[in-house]
Amino acid sequence: MKERILTILNQLGADRDYENSKDFLDEGLLDSFEIVELVGKLEEEFNIEISGKDIVPENFINLETIQTLVLKYREEA
Amino acid sequence: MYRSVLEYLEESEKKFPDKTAVIDENGSDTYSRLAKKTRCVGTYLIRKGLKPNDVVVVLLCKERKALSAFWGITYAGGIYAPIDCNAPTKRLSLIMDVLRPSYIITDKANQGKAEELIKTEQIVILEDAYNETEDLSALEAVRQKRIDEDPLYIICTSGSTGVPKGVVISHRAVIDFTEEASTAMEFSDKESFANQAPFYFDASVPDLYCTVRNGATLHIIPESWFSFPIRVLEYIRDNGVNAVFWVPSALIVTANLRALPEVDVTCLKKIMFCGEVMPVKQYNMWKKYVPDAKYVNYYGPSETTYASTYYVVDREFDNDDVLPIGKAAANTGVLILNGNDEPCAKGETGELCIRGAGVSLGYYNAPEKTREAFVQNPLSPFYRDIMYRTGDIVRENERGEIEYVGRRDYQIKHMGYRIELGEIEAAAMGVGNVDRVCCIYNEKKHIIIMLYEGNIIENDVSAELKRRVPDYMLPSRIVKLDVMPVNANGKIDRKLLHETYGD
Repeated sequence: MKERILTILNQLGADRDYENSKDFLDEGLLDSFEIVELVGKLEEEFNIEISGKDIVPENFINLETIQTLVLKYREEA
Repeated sequence: MYRSVLEYLEESEKKFPDKTAVIDENGSDTYSRLAKKTRCVGTYLIRKGLKPNDVVVVLLCKERKALSAFWGITYAGGIYAPIDCNAPTKRLSLIMDVLRPSYIITDKANQGKAEELIKTEQIVILEDAYNETEDLSALEAVRQKRIDEDPLYIICTSGSTGVPKGVVISHRAVIDFTEEASTAMEFSDKESFANQAPFYFDASVPDLYCTVRNGATLHIIPESWFSFPIRVLEYIRDNGVNAVFWVPSALIVTANLRALPEVDVTCLKKIMFCGEVMPVKQYNMWKKYVPDAKYVNYYGPSETTYASTYYVVDREFDNDDVLPIGKAAANTGVLILNGNDEPCAKGETGELCIRGAGVSLGYYNAPEKTREAFVQNPLSPFYRDIMYRTGDIVRENERGEIEYVGRRDYQIKHMGYRIELGEIEAAAMGVGNVDRVCCIYNEKKHIIIMLYEGNIIENDVSAELKRRVPDYMLPSRIVKLDVMPVNANGKIDRKLLHETYGD
């Protein structure tokens, strides 16, 4: 799953190091429109629907937190 | 009739001395405190020898102290020019070359950056200026010599050759806009605005002036909050914010990230937007969750002071409709001219040209660019009647409302910012080993895509660009091509690039 998320992230900007970044937001790797794009692609790839409540900074800090978020929805489904 | 925006501040100071004028993450200022601080800054600058119409660059972040700098410079008779404290030094240097300021006002946090841009003796640290004792007679002496046509601020915008343009706006223009907006939107001291746009961007002008003119309160929301808009909406709800002047991008992201169903923001009564096209789809999402607010679509470039036309949404729209930009504001004349400079008939498309009190005094230190954009109205050849050619293509609909159709050139609106794709291209050409470059824009996804030809890898181009242009101009995608496609005239084939890489 991590690989699939990373592939989606890399589509946002191939020149950015999402794999090793500790904090996407701090390092400016995600702007607001990219978050919109990312949410849409995660939903499509994993067949989930992320609630507005979960679109908060804590869930988009790095690869791990995004994975935790996706897993939560996969388990619910 | 108001002659100076300073009258706004002084009136509100008298009427509402203990009312909160401005709040940010670090605290707040009442009207009396804000006014006193600004007079200290003004006095300090006069004692430093600031002359009327000297330019003072403001290098501060989006914090409430920026307001005391703006008003303080105004008190001292200077022209304030806010710049982006997060922009790369290279771009700020270009701006400095255009503005050639007498001083930079900054704070301790940004002092290092200021030192890279100007001599130490030309740096004013805001905290030092606060310690000055206000000298009312010195301030009054400056004031007596100012007229309403004098310049108030300069906002820098993107320029197609890579050199930014400084748009000079007078007190008169700001007063005119503020009076019109306050009357039309029925602003009062009950208003509580949530600021979104940074101050180096003219979308923040109504926040600054409509607040102080009406004795209202301005909440400065940190820029980073807008990436996760739930927090912004919670702030609005918890602090009783009732009015916003935002760029459509902020409204779009808030709708798309599903924040609206989560937080009740029906406290918002006036939702105004300007700076780019507001898609009806996201407008309808807002309307669904905040049905009773008044929605106003403003239109106007920085060159005509925030907005020149507006449309108060008065009917329903389908998602694939376009919101009109309405009709001319008071004291503004709009012309739609065809390629022969003749007025267009209803329904015909032409370039929107703007006349009236809001029109800028021109581009600072750029007489040629000024002459190209600010021209004599061809329909009134006998007396001075300057109009600004916007480069925007529009038409008038059956109801007499203006509808935006598109751009004449390669200028785009991205996250509310006006960007000349040529400026990004010029910056990329400055990177070694880039031979040819073309930027295209995907309007639906709001992304800039850059294609280039040259002997350098994408990561290096990207890293170099970060040093040359602000974040909002950075392409989301950078693609290296073996050969840049050209059309029959030998020019880069933008159409083909759009079709191939635009999605």
